[in-house]
Parts: sequence; structure tokens; C-alpha cells
Amino acid sequence: MDYVIVGAGPAGVTAAETLRQIDPDGSVVLVGAEADPPYGRMAIPYYLIGKIEADGTYLRKSDNFYESKGIKYVQGVAKSVSPDTGKLVLSDGAEIPYDKLLVATGSHPIRPPVDGLDLAGVHHCWTLEDARAIVRLIGDGKDVVLMGAGFIGCIIMEALAVSGANLTVVEAEDRMVPRMMNQTAGNMISDWCRDKGVNVMTSARVTSVTEGGGKLSVAVDNGQTIAADLVVVATGVKSNAGFLDGSGVETEIGIKVDNHLKTSVDNIYAAGDVAQGPDFSTGGWDVHAIQPTAVEHGRIAALNMAGKDAAYKGSLNMNVLDTLGLISCSFGLWQGTEGGDSVERIDEKKSRYTILNFEGDRLVGALTLGRTDHIGVLRGLIQSNVRLGVWKDRLMADPNRLAEAYIGATRVI
Amino acid sequence: MVKALYMSISDCTGCQQCEMACSYEHEGVFNPAKSRIKVFNFPEEGRNVPYSCTQCADAWCMQACPVDAIYINTKTGAKEVSDALCVGCKVCTIACPFGTINYNHATGKVIKCDLCGGDPKCVEICPTPALTYIDAEQTGMAKMRLWAKKTDAGQAAQS
Ligand SMILES: Cc1cc2nc3c(=O)[nH]c(=O)nc-3n(C[C@H](O)[C@H](O)[C@H](O)COP(=O)(O)OP(=O)(O)OC[C@H]3O[C@@H](n4cnc5c(N)ncnc54)[C@H](O)[C@@H]3O)c2cc1C
Ligand code: SF4
Repeated sequence: MDYVIVGAGPAGVTAAETLRQIDPDGSVVLVGAEADPPYGRMAIPYYLIGKIEADGTYLRKSDNFYESKGIKYVQGVAKSVSPDTGKLVLSDGAEIPYDKLLVATGSHPIRPPVDGLDLAGVHHCWTLEDARAIVRLIGDGKDVVLMGAGFIGCIIMEALAVSGANLTVVEAEDRMVPRMMNQTAGNMISDWCRDKGVNVMTSARVTSVTEGGGKLSVAVDNGQTIAADLVVVATGVKSNAGFLDGSGVETEIGIKVDNHLKTSVDNIYAAGDVAQGPDFSTGGWDVHAIQPTAVEHGRIAALNMAGKDAAYKGSLNMNVLDTLGLISCSFGLWQGTEGGDSVERIDEKKSRYTILNFEGDRLVGALTLGRTDHIGVLRGLIQSNVRLGVWKDRLMADPNRLAEAYIGATRVI
Repeated sequence: MVKALYMSISDCTGCQQCEMACSYEHEGVFNPAKSRIKVFNFPEEGRNVPYSCTQCADAWCMQACPVDAIYINTKTGAKEVSDALCVGCKVCTIACPFGTINYNHATGKVIKCDLCGGDPKCVEICPTPALTYIDAEQTGMAKMRLWAKKTDAGQAAQS
């Protein structure tokens, strides 16, 4: 069996490894577009602050990992797919025949329609190449403007703040991390960041970036103009599915897949940020652009490609974020559900916040601020679907007893 | 024979000496907050339950890590964190459905039970039979695995 995987991020690499394990006789080709060996994007912020070198971001650490596993790594950019002949075509004209193809090409940052974003000194922070360019421009006392305070923007913000930048964050929505935090928690994060010296602007949009006198000048629709040595754009992403045009593979916000991660075309699967997969919480289909989902998708797609029948119950949307020392987490249906119970606790002085959302006596979503201990039990409670029984009332009375609830309700010990 | 840490719910008195031994062994301080094993108190049931990583086969933490910082100690079977590789992203702490890998603010990295290389100090100090280090098959791991399966989003037909 000839397996071809296009995209060498966490989804692609996990799939390649899994295929190798379960089908020792098959041939596994992994195609990656970037010049660096396969790396984890999410380690980039730690490269920016010098915590690791570039090789610290690599997904697998030994020099000859792929070779030693019998995985053929090809550096190249996929240009098109022809399902009729079973071939992946690269931009250099090379053709790679496949029996089963996995698309794990992730996504790319989008540049909003604002004048001046093509100037030198304006960067995305998505690839190691981007990071190298940013490293050259940051340092103590540099003026930096970050466009977008979504999850990715906020992670980059942490790194920029550590670099000693005079930092301004411009977010179009009315709060920070609007797709991960509710108003209360989002505001607490903004207050915390302002307190640490970050200039946070919400409900504000950059209208133009211009250059003059060796500096950039960033105009914001609240009337302010900010001088900058560096502008980082983190205003959203779009899936890398364009090369599938004409292949018959259906796309929506990502590549549409079924619960075996197969696309609308036979023998073609999709995984990770590029895939619009099953959502554990809603029963619908969504892109969960996070590391754990990429890895899970990669493994499950590989099982199915190798002929196992691995039905996927869906990914749980979850995130952990560190904004200048304030750690926030979100899980599942953090917005709550119609008719479901909720319990909320706020301690503004300590910047602690918890909200738990239930459906009947099951936990379906949660947000936390300022706590990290045993935090994973929130995933356990939600995704195991455990009935809380007496623990629901106990959590309603004291939502901090999360670990006790998990132990008590699942009786794991 | 792979051995495992067995945590019994009926024998623990809640003395927390295991937490002391653990934090001292790993962090050089007697501080339950820095222990990798935690004793939870259940006043309603009049029970104490020692709780830590069971080195589960799914190894959610290890799978989720973006930089390959978690590895299996081939001698003990423990999943261990490499301090040199961990970047402190905390993804493993939300990926583990048992909540048994935790962020250490002091170091900016994560900590979890490593079975002390095969000589768990919590077991050594425990004055009751609550903590033992025994043949893995005899522990309550089957039960824990069951819940792990329920959590797993796609394991239904993996065999
Ligand atoms: C700065 C930053 C911080 C992040 N922090 C977190 C975090 O804290 N927690 C978290 O859960 N997630 C985080 N993420 C998101 C996480 O990195 C992604 O969800 C994850 O990388 C998705 O994996 P993937 O394999 O689907 O895609 P990717 O990692 O994007 O990999 C896709 C690969 O495909 C390649 N490719 C694309 N098109 C082609 C083509 N035509 N031909 C060949 N190859 C192609 C790309 O070059 C890339 O190597 C972060 C992302 C960024 C950018
Ligand atoms: S916190 Fe460390 S061990 Fe955990 S996932 Fe991140 S890098 Fe890996």
C-alpha cells in the first residue's frame, strides 16, 4: 500500500508514524513545504524569547528520525491532486502516486485589507521563517504593535512582552480572546495585561500602516496613531486547501470529512487544522485548530487509511493560554447551553475565575482563570460523559472541587 | 514485570507524608503544593484518596506534546518529562484527562510522577498499605483504563 501524506506538521507526522506502526509493509511518503525539518508551530513563541533554538521546535528530535522509521520525507509544495490517476503533483512537476492520501496542510494567516501591511517590518507569526524575521526586530524597548488578540495573537503577545517590547495590542472585538473567553474572563485578562504595562485597545481596528523616518506609524480607528518598529498581524487564518481545486474534494471552512476523517473523495483523508471534523460537544462539524486535535486526527485518519474501522467521536475544543503569567483555560461548550445549569465564581483581587456549564448532571463546558492544578480533569469530566450524580450539587456549591468530582464520579481509584 | 503505583482508597489516613516525600525528592523542599501525588479529602464520605499518574497506556500528555519532551522510561514504563526539551506550553496539562501532569510556576515547566526511577519515595514513607508498588496487573489500572477508553475520542475500533 502506498500512503502519501501532504503536510508535515503534527497531524502529518503523527499519521506517518501511526501508519508505519500498523502497516510495516506499506510505503509512507511525507511531503512538507517548508525548508525546516518538521516542527511544531506552537513552539515558535518559545523560540522568539530564546528559550529554545530552532531545533527545539522540531517535532521529532533525532537527526535521522524519518529515515530510521522508514518514512520517506520529501520537501516540496503540493500543487494539485488527480484522484482519477491517484497522483499528487508537486509544484516542481514531480508526481507521487498514492493508494491513500492524507491532506494535513494546516492553514495560513490572512492579511486583512488594510493599507501598508506589505511594508517591511510588518509580519505574521506563523512559520519559523516568520519567527526568524521577528527575532531580528525585537528587543528591549522596541515599539511593537500586535494586530489581533485572539488565541494565537495572545500567545505571541506573551513572547513579545517577555522580549521587553513597548507593546500595543489592537483587537477588533470587544474583549481579548473573544472566541475562547466570555466577557468577564476576557475583561479580567485585559485588566491583567494593562496592569503589566501592555497598551490594550479593544473594539478598535487598525486602518493603515505607513512608513517614515525609519519607523512605522499605525493608525487606529479610535483616533490614535502609534509608532512601531514591528507590526505583527494575527487576525485569523484560512485553510490550505486551494491545491485541491478541481479534485472534487469538498470544502467549507475546512475540508469536509466524515467521522472516519475521509473526504468526499475516495482514498483521500484530511486531518488537523485543515480538516472540518466532528465536534465532540455539538455533534456538528468544525475546525478545531489546536495541537491535541491535530495529533488525534493524524492518528485516527491513519488507522482508517490502513483499513481499520476507527470511528471518531469528535474533538473537544480546548485551549490553555498564558498571558503574562495569568493562565486561562477553556473547554467544550464554555458559553453554556440553552436550559443548562451554570455555576460561576469570581475573585477579582486574585484574578481567579471559574465557570462550569452542565447539561443535566453532565459537565459540558468550562472556563478557568488563575488555576492550573489538576486542570486536565475538566477534559476528563466532559469527554468521558460521566454522570456527576451527587457531585453536580457539590460542584454547584463549590466549583473548585474539580479533581474531587472527577475522582468521585468516575471512581477511578 | 512492569510495576505500578497502586493507590488504595480504603487505607489512606490522610497524613500527607507521601506529598512531603515526593516534593522533597523532586524539589528539595517539604511542600505539598509541589508534590506529584496528592491526597484528596472527601469529608462527605469520610475518606482520603491518594491520587497521581498511573502511567496510562494512552499517554495523552506524551501524544499532545509538540516538542517530544515526554518519553517512556524503558526500565520502569513511566512517562517522564525532559526538562531540557519542555517549553512550558501546558498543552499536556489540558490533554491529560486525569489531571495528573501539572504546571510548575517556579520552573515554567511541567511535572508529573516518574516513579522515582523505580523506587517511589511515597510508597517508602507511607505508614499504611494505602500506597504500594506492585505488579501492574494487580492494581486498579483496569478501572482507570476503562475511563481512559471512554474519554478517547476514537478508540472504539482500534483493535
Ligand atoms: C504561534 C502559534 C502558537 C500556537 N500555540 C498553540 C497552543 O498553545 N496550543 C495549541 O493547541 N495550538 C497552538 N497553535 C496551533 C497549532 O500549532 C496547530 O493547531 C497545529 O500546528 C496544527 O497542526 P497541523 O499538522 O494540522 O498543521 P500545521 O502545523 O500548520 O502543519 C501543516 C504543514 O503543511 C505544510 N503545507 C501547507 N501547504 C502545503 C502544500 N501545498 N504542500 C506541502 N506542504 C504544505 C505546511 O508548511 C506545514 O508544515 C499555535 C500556532 C501558532 C502559529
Ligand atoms: S508543557 Fe512541556 S511537556 Fe507539556 S506539552 Fe508543553 S512542552 Fe510538552
